[in-house]
Parts: sequence; structure tokens; C-alpha cells
Amino acid sequence: MKSANQRAWLFVLPVLVLVAFNALIPIMTVVNYSVQETFGDNLFFWQGLDWFQQILRSDRFHAALGRQFLFTGLILAIEIPLGIVIALSMPKRGFWVPVCLVTMALPMLIPWNVVGSMWNIFTLPDIGLLGYFLNHTLGVPYDMTQSPVAAWITIVVMDVWHWTSLVVLLCYAGLMSIPDAYYQAAKIDGASNWAVFRYIQLPKMKTVLTIAILLRFMDSFNIYTEPFTLTGGGPGNSTTLLSIDLVKIALGQFDLGPAAAMSLIYFAITLLVSWVFYTLMTKDDTN
Amino acid sequence: MARITLQNVRHSYLPNPDGDDDYALKEIDHSWEDGGAYALLGPSGCGKSTLLNIISGLRAPSEGRILFGDEDVTDLPPDKRNIAQVFQFPVIYDTMTVYDNLAFPLRNRGRNEKIVKERVTAIAEMLEVTPMLKTRAANLSPDNKQKISMGRGLVRNDVNVVMFDEPLTVIDPHLKWKLRLKLKELHHRVNATMIYVTHDQTEALTFADQVVVMDLGVIVQIGTPVELFERPAHTFVGHFIGSPGMNILPCEIRDGGAFFRGQNVALEGPVTRSGERTEIGVRPEYVTLAPTGIEGVVRKAADIGRHNVIEVVAGDTRISVVSDGNLPEQGETVHLQFRQDQTRLYADGWLASKARS
Ligand SMILES: Nc1ncnc2c1ncn2[C@@H]1O[C@H](COP(=O)(O)OP(=O)(O)OP(=O)(O)O)[C@@H](O)[C@H]1O
Ligand SMILES: [Mg+2]
Repeated sequence: MKSANQRAWLFVLPVLVLVAFNALIPIMTVVNYSVQETFGDNLFFWQGLDWFQQILRSDRFHAALGRQFLFTGLILAIEIPLGIVIALSMPKRGFWVPVCLVTMALPMLIPWNVVGSMWNIFTLPDIGLLGYFLNHTLGVPYDMTQSPVAAWITIVVMDVWHWTSLVVLLCYAGLMSIPDAYYQAAKIDGASNWAVFRYIQLPKMKTVLTIAILLRFMDSFNIYTEPFTLTGGGPGNSTTLLSIDLVKIALGQFDLGPAAAMSLIYFAITLLVSWVFYTLMTKDDTN
Repeated sequence: MARITLQNVRHSYLPNPDGDDDYALKEIDHSWEDGGAYALLGPSGCGKSTLLNIISGLRAPSEGRILFGDEDVTDLPPDKRNIAQVFQFPVIYDTMTVYDNLAFPLRNRGRNEKIVKERVTAIAEMLEVTPMLKTRAANLSPDNKQKISMGRGLVRNDVNVVMFDEPLTVIDPHLKWKLRLKLKELHHRVNATMIYVTHDQTEALTFADQVVVMDLGVIVQIGTPVELFERPAHTFVGHFIGSPGMNILPCEIRDGGAFFRGQNVALEGPVTRSGERTEIGVRPEYVTLAPTGIEGVVRKAADIGRHNVIEVVAGDTRISVVSDGNLPEQGETVHLQFRQDQTRLYADGWLASKARS
């Protein structure tokens, strides 16, 4: 190849600058904090990898990480199959299509802290619609501020309510791209409904499902606003997810060093798991 | 395997059809003989796919019955009818291997693996895809994908009919004729009734023993390729089949004879019917330039290889002539003679003369 046109770099430059300012520089300051100790007054002492060691060995971090995986695992296990089922049962044409689509999109348009507050009020035992109904009409004791189980059910249901639509819309788009001839051929071939799903619909949805899983994984793994407005991480520490714990350490206790080390570990885990998901889900396409 | 009978089948895509124009199929009353090779030929939108889908059960007709042998299958779904259908664009199951694709219709019907293997191997052999059996179907080229689609239609040996809905649309021209011959050969080996839909007359004429010509939701004529060429039952068939199509000359009927621009034209035989609109039909192959006859002016003359096509205008009627003789000049005045036993009369579009016996 002849020497490439170097002017191309000029066009990429703005993006590089942008990425530098909004990603690289903030991350570098975090890296900077993570290897030092400070007592204020802008005094810093070299700390090496001590903070990383400390975080990785701390029970508090293990517990928060465990809760984080539990949360993400639960919502993925619910939202993905549920999203697929809803997408499959949506009408393909006619008057109801736009109605369904708009209804589906609504929860996603609500600001995250509003979602948290809404569900908080919704589930209040004495005045919330759901809380009152459960406690006083059905007689089921349900109080998020007392029972960790209730708190967990609430944050999971809230996330399912908020984000299943995303999976539905992506899957629906995938389904709509299947030509009618595929269904007709399947009928002629005598395929069962399950076979149609397994060999036609699922393969055609695979790309969008990969995107849906990745998005939902990253989003739920980094989730902060909604559970924080809803439960504040309680009762006790029962719903303190990684991001909530991180903010507690960084801003609550002002332990910048450990918080920085924790951010980097957190970031590395998110990246690693996303990469694993992606590689697993796309490995068939390459051969 | 059985004879397929359509009894007074009509179909409309509208919920409340009102008048013939709302029907995609106006009235189909026809039997397909067991083991025949049929082509269903007609212009785009004439209802060919609709008819196939009604035979296969993908669509229920608005009116009429469908019989396989003596059994009424009108209300049976496709998988209960024992038919196979291949579509215009290849349908393959991406995640499966070629082998599994071909085996799919058999496995869905619970055939045991020994039979599956036997059939798949045989079909792969016929379609020349044996080396690909282990590859994933998603990685095939479009024409191989279509071969696999066809293979799935042919793999069951107990089907009543295999239907092809313009299966060669996506195939490169040079592979087209190869696959077409392959299908013809397969028809002899598989021994099932085959219906081949196309709007390409060459394709229809090479594949079929019997060609069914449709237009505007009705069957216009059924016959062998030779019959369609020699005695079109309708001016549409005459015009649609052959290149250039049949010459259609508006004429007057007087004293049992046909007159074009005041000149008597000898017909093949007696006139059987009359109608509001009468026309003379004669193929360009049976028109010759002669010293006397119908006068016209040469508008265009072209040597298209094996023969010359001359376009003559008489009044405002265009008449094509296929000849091997000398090319006349453009603008030259010529005289045309029609071969009498190939000159027919059409009344309101339909054949209205009878050969002298
Ligand atoms: N699903 C449908 N809904 C409404 N009208 C339809 C539908 N399918 C076909 N039609 C109409 O019915 C008529 C016949 O269509 P059909 O598809 O049977 O034609 P075709 O002969 O197969 O044409 P082509 O050669 O283009 O495939 C057309 O006028 C078409 O517009
Ligand atoms: Mg069609």
C-alpha cells in the first residue's frame, strides 16, 4: 500500500480531544488518587497498590459485589425472557402496533430519579397504592424500610418495569425483519411453534439480543439513581449495590484513595464481563 | 399421491368483496393430474402465488373446495396436506448445517434417522451439494441457498405435489438454465406432480408438459407448449407467448368471411361464434412478404440473429413478420400474405374459428 493520506488524522482529532476530556483525563485522575493517600490540604503520599489490595480483600466490597451480581443476574433472567415473550405476542400489523409501541416506550422516558420516587411512594405501606393494597387489603406485611426481601423485590420489579421495554422494542425490531416466506416455509416443513422460535425467530433476534443483553448488563451493573432514591441502600446494607457503596466511601467517608481503587476495579469487572458476554454470543458468527 | 382438483375456487383479499374486480382469483375450476409437470404462467399480479398458496393451504379460499384425490382438504393446514412449496427467495435455517436443513421436513414428521440419512444423501446427490452437507447453511452463496430450499421441497418422497413459486428469480442467468434442466430431470426421478410458477415463458415452456396460462385471476388456456403456440385460445395467450407475440388485427365479419381494412383475409376454417369485437390472429412466423396481399409500410426491420423481424404498419395496425429473406428498406411499401391454416379469428378475445377438417 502507498503511504496513507495523513490528513485523515485531522478529521479524527476532534473526537480524540473529546474522548480525552470526557474519559481519559477523568480516569487518569482516578488512577492518580488510587495509588496515593491524602489527609486533605492537598498533601499526598505514595501508597502503591495498597488500596487495591485492601479493597479486594475487604468483606464489605465482596458483599456489595455479591449483591451487584445478584441484582444484575435477577433482572437479566427476568427482563430478557419476558422481553422476548412480550415481543413475540405483540401484533405484527394493524391499529394496535403503534399503541403497543408507545405504551412500551413510556417507562423508558421517565427520568431515573423520578422512577425511584414513584416506586417509593407507590409502595409506602400506609399511603402508597401498592403498599396499602398489600398491607391492608391482602394483609401481606410489606414494608421496604423494614424487610430486606421486600426491598429487593421492589428494586427488581422496578427495574423490570423500567427497562423490559428496551428488550421488547429491540426484539420486536428483530422479529419484524423476518420475511413472511420464512413462516410459510416453516408451515410447509411441518415445524412446531417451538421449532419456529428456535430456528427462525431466535437466530434472527440474535444480534439485537446481544445488544439488549450488553446494554442491560452494563446499565444494571452501574445502576445508582433508582435504587438510591428508592431504598438508599437499606434496610441496613441489604440493597447497597456497588455504585451506592462507592459513593458512600468516596463522598460519605471521603476516602478518595480506596474509592478510586474501587472505581477502577469496578470498571475492570464491567469491562471484563461485557467482553465475555460479547465473545460468547458472537463466537458462532465468525466460523 | 393424488390428483388435485380445484372446484369453483374464488379468492378475494378484501373482507367484503363486491364484484369480480375485487377477486384476485375469479373462478378456478381445474384438475392437476397426478405426476404431471405443470407450469403456471402469467403476468405479475395475475394471481399465481395466490393460487399456489390456496393449493398448499397457506391461504383459505373465499369460496370453493380443494380435493386431493377424493379427500376434501379445503380446511386442512399445510402440514396436513402433504405438499411441498419452494418460494421466490431462498428460505434456509441459518443456524443449521445443510444436512440438518434438508433433514428438517423429515424430522418434523418423525421419520427415523436411517430414512432421513437415506433421503438427504439422495437429494444432496441429485442437487450436487454433497460436499456442502457439513457446512453451516448461513455461509452459502444465494444460488446454493436456493438449491437447499428446493432440496427441502423434494426431500420427502410421499408428497402430493411440489410447488415452485418463481424459484429462479435470485439465481444468476448462467446457473438458471442449469437448475431448470435439473428440475426437469428431478421431475422424472421424483415422480411427484410439480407446479412451477413463472412469468418467464422460456422457463415455462422448457419445464412443463402442460402450461397453464393465467391472466387477471382466471385460467385462460391449458395446453402443451406447442398447442399454446399454434392455437392460442385467447388473444392474451397469443400475445403473451412467442416473441414477438401474435399479430392481432381488428376485422369485420361479413358473409362468413373476415375483412381487414376492406380486404378479405382467408381464415383457417368456419367462424364458430361472433362477438362485439372481432380480431384476426396470426403469428409473425406465418406472415410472409409477397407481391400481393395486405399493403403496409415498413417501419422497422432488424436482423436479430437467426432471422429477421420486420415491423409493418397497415393503417394504424402494427404487424410483425419473421422472415429469413432479404431485409426491406425502412419506409418501403410491402404486401403481406398470411398462411391460411394458421390464421384464426377471435371474438371478444376468445378463439372463434375452427380448423377445416
Ligand atoms: N397479502 C395480500 N393482501 C392483499 N392483496 C394481495 C395480497 N397478496 C396478493 N395480493 C393481490 O392479489 C393479486 C394477485 O397477487 P399474486 O401475488 O397472487 O400475483 P402473482 O401472479 O403471484 O404475481 P407475481 O408474479 O408478481 O408474483 C394482486 O393484485 C395482489 O396485489
Ligand atoms: Mg407471486
